Amino acid sequence: MADEKKLFTVTIDNITVEVEPGTSILQAARKIGGDVAPPAMCYYTKLKDSGGKCRTCLVEVAAGSAADPRPMPKLVASCRTNVMDGMVVKNITSDRVIDARNGVVEFLLINHPLDCPICDQAGECHLQDLSYEHGKGASRYEFKRRTFDKHDLGPYIQLHMTRCILCYRCVYTADQVTNERKHGILMRGDHSEIATYIEKSLENDFIGNVIDVCPVGALTDRTFRFKNRVWFTKPVDAHCNCDKCSGEVQLWMRGDEVLRVTARKDEWGEVKDTSKGETGWICNTCRFERKNASDWIIEGPSQINRHSVISQGHYENAVKPNETIKKVMGGRDPKLLMNIKDVSEVNQVELSEIKGAATSESFKQLKKGN
Amino acid sequence: MGRKLLLDKAHIEGIRHYDVYRREGGYRSVEKALKTMSPDAVTEEVKKSGLRGRGGAGFPTGMKWGFLAKPEGVPRYLVVNADESEPGTFKDRYLMEFIPHLLIEGMITASYALGSNTSYIYIRGEYWWVKEILEVAVQEARNAGWLGKNILGSGFDCDIFVQPGAGAYICGEETALIESLEGKRGNPRIKPPFPAVKGLWGCPTVVNNVETIAAVVPIVNDGGDEYAKLGIGKSTGTKLISACGNISKPGVYEIEMNISVEEFLYSDEYCGGIANGKKLKACIPGGSSVPILPANLLLKTAKGETRMMTYESLSDGGFATGSMMGSGGFIAMDEDQCVVKHTYTLARFYRHESCGQCSPCREGTGWMEKILLNIENGKGKMSDIDLLWDIQRKIEGNTICPLGDAAAWPVAAAIRHFRDEFEWHVTNPADALKRNYGLANYEKPLEIAVAAP
Repeated sequence: MADEKKLFTVTIDNITVEVEPGTSILQAARKIGGDVAPPAMCYYTKLKDSGGKCRTCLVEVAAGSAADPRPMPKLVASCRTNVMDGMVVKNITSDRVIDARNGVVEFLLINHPLDCPICDQAGECHLQDLSYEHGKGASRYEFKRRTFDKHDLGPYIQLHMTRCILCYRCVYTADQVTNERKHGILMRGDHSEIATYIEKSLENDFIGNVIDVCPVGALTDRTFRFKNRVWFTKPVDAHCNCDKCSGEVQLWMRGDEVLRVTARKDEWGEVKDTSKGETGWICNTCRFERKNASDWIIEGPSQINRHSVISQGHYENAVKPNETIKKVMGGRDPKLLMNIKDVSEVNQVELSEIKGAATSESFKQLKKGN
Repeated sequence: MGRKLLLDKAHIEGIRHYDVYRREGGYRSVEKALKTMSPDAVTEEVKKSGLRGRGGAGFPTGMKWGFLAKPEGVPRYLVVNADESEPGTFKDRYLMEFIPHLLIEGMITASYALGSNTSYIYIRGEYWWVKEILEVAVQEARNAGWLGKNILGSGFDCDIFVQPGAGAYICGEETALIESLEGKRGNPRIKPPFPAVKGLWGCPTVVNNVETIAAVVPIVNDGGDEYAKLGIGKSTGTKLISACGNISKPGVYEIEMNISVEEFLYSDEYCGGIANGKKLKACIPGGSSVPILPANLLLKTAKGETRMMTYESLSDGGFATGSMMGSGGFIAMDEDQCVVKHTYTLARFYRHESCGQCSPCREGTGWMEKILLNIENGKGKMSDIDLLWDIQRKIEGNTICPLGDAAAWPVAAAIRHFRDEFEWHVTNPADALKRNYGLANYEKPLEIAVAAP
């Protein structure tokens, strides 16, 4: 029994949970799950030293520990504060926390372009979720928003600095997952930006993972840009034999087309561990080059949170409906008045075959090619 | 005439150089400490002296030294924070420019107490000429055998390096300073761990202000008890105050912390009153980050007591009616100054100097600046004042480092005490562009609330 580790008891929003010493408040709250888990925009479990920056995960510590039950005077960042035995934490039960969190969301949004209708991240954007929960219908900000030019960071990644919330996740990813970081933060304050200084391209076998860790649409996949909304695509788990990475990925398909390849993510939007227990970062070849269904061994539909907009496309246990018109028409075929394919070029092309972003020009060219 | 401990010899011809400094009794504290005292005894003297950090927070120095972790086989570091960039504060520059050996002497003694074999002076990049003065002084001390291996045959090794920053206010925050010293981007670290446990290169580190380290010299020379006799209560010793603004004699003054604000401001020994026969409207007693006070609250506390130049008295009444000693940047403003414009200037400064790491400070400081500029230009709305209040409230306390607080406090205090001036700017936009609100009632004695019997 002496070997058994002593667990810390921590109470979060009146729910008590036992965790190992050294666990952060955020991880303890995630163990409870649901609303109790504070939102996290910059913290990423798999990235060392991340967190503490966005301030959305602030919580109130009503009692520091059983030994020293004094409350902490300031709200603390739950992602970077470790639990103590007997700690009492208030998250959604604290008005102070909700007030501060609403404030942080307002700050994050004052310079955000709110261009969700044309943003590839919409539907899987953490800032979108956060704004639904804590944002207001109207902004009190009356000034011009901060803008930046778009930059292509090489052939695969595009940077929309205007959307960035400076979570630093991509910086840590480049530091810890790739073997050389070529981008970083330039300038300071509200004019700081993610940049490569002189527009260099980011080239590294694993650099594509910065797209997965980006909580907003600041870093997007150029091979998927404008090809589809995520909620129209079907996420399926698939794998391949890859000599660079585990090859365990999530394919985002429409019909039999593979529109996008990403790492598999858990319920907190973070990259899952592979079946071998390693972090499931995937290589650029898997992410950007293997866009044929035949490249992959498909395992089955991915589990998607039923509250997510992505689960709007119900496809599990889907049964193709029978053709009913012929039946009610007494055996006659319906008369086709207008074929959509004659009207719209969009429906004639295979989206995955388009090189780069899908624009009206690329559709026209494809049509000519046909 | 108050006693001077730091600047009493600052104006002797040639004191900037080793020979004169030594002739005037310099480096006695190093001799005394290394030959007759143990490191812990030096720390004990500093504890006894009641010396408090002179950089702004006023944390007891002896206690800070006591917190330093001392694991076996891990180097410890002393870093002197000479990144003095607070608007209104220029006392450290004065000290380093005129009597650089005092800082080096204090550093050797402090390094001995803390067990630091390599100590750094992190100096603000804009002080490039001061850096050159310090480097000459360090070399002189090295040549004279006060730095290097086995100093005075005591077996203690110490060397000092001067490292300039690149001109960022945020690098005055101790963890940002350490990051910058390590050659990284000067972003404040998330605490804990505190530098006393994991600081420079992950080793235990003490970061002290220039003036704090200089004060170690008289403490070791005369003893901590002797030092503690100066001043009032927990505000022991002398403090350098850099006085500026609309006063007759701006400059750096060393005061014993037992004089009143009124004496400091109006006596000929110090500021010599408000320049050109004008009247005092407002004052920031401790550098731009601390709350601004109207004249009536500056000289007397809300309880009607005389306000003294001490840590406790300046903060009497909390933020509702008090301010802070801060870093000692005493900024006086006469009746012709506009508080709205002044607050805008500070907001612009903090917006420019925010590191941009955490959201409330990065976005909030810029928002406050824009609103204040609107009000100053006569484009403000009444609701803007409440909006400003709400923004500062949501920045304060929710950021990684105290820069967020430092940006929020001046705005909060300006609205708290000068709300009618803000409102006048909104209701009289045309007037506000042409003239100032003036003195108004800010000088009239306040009615003192009497507790109900």
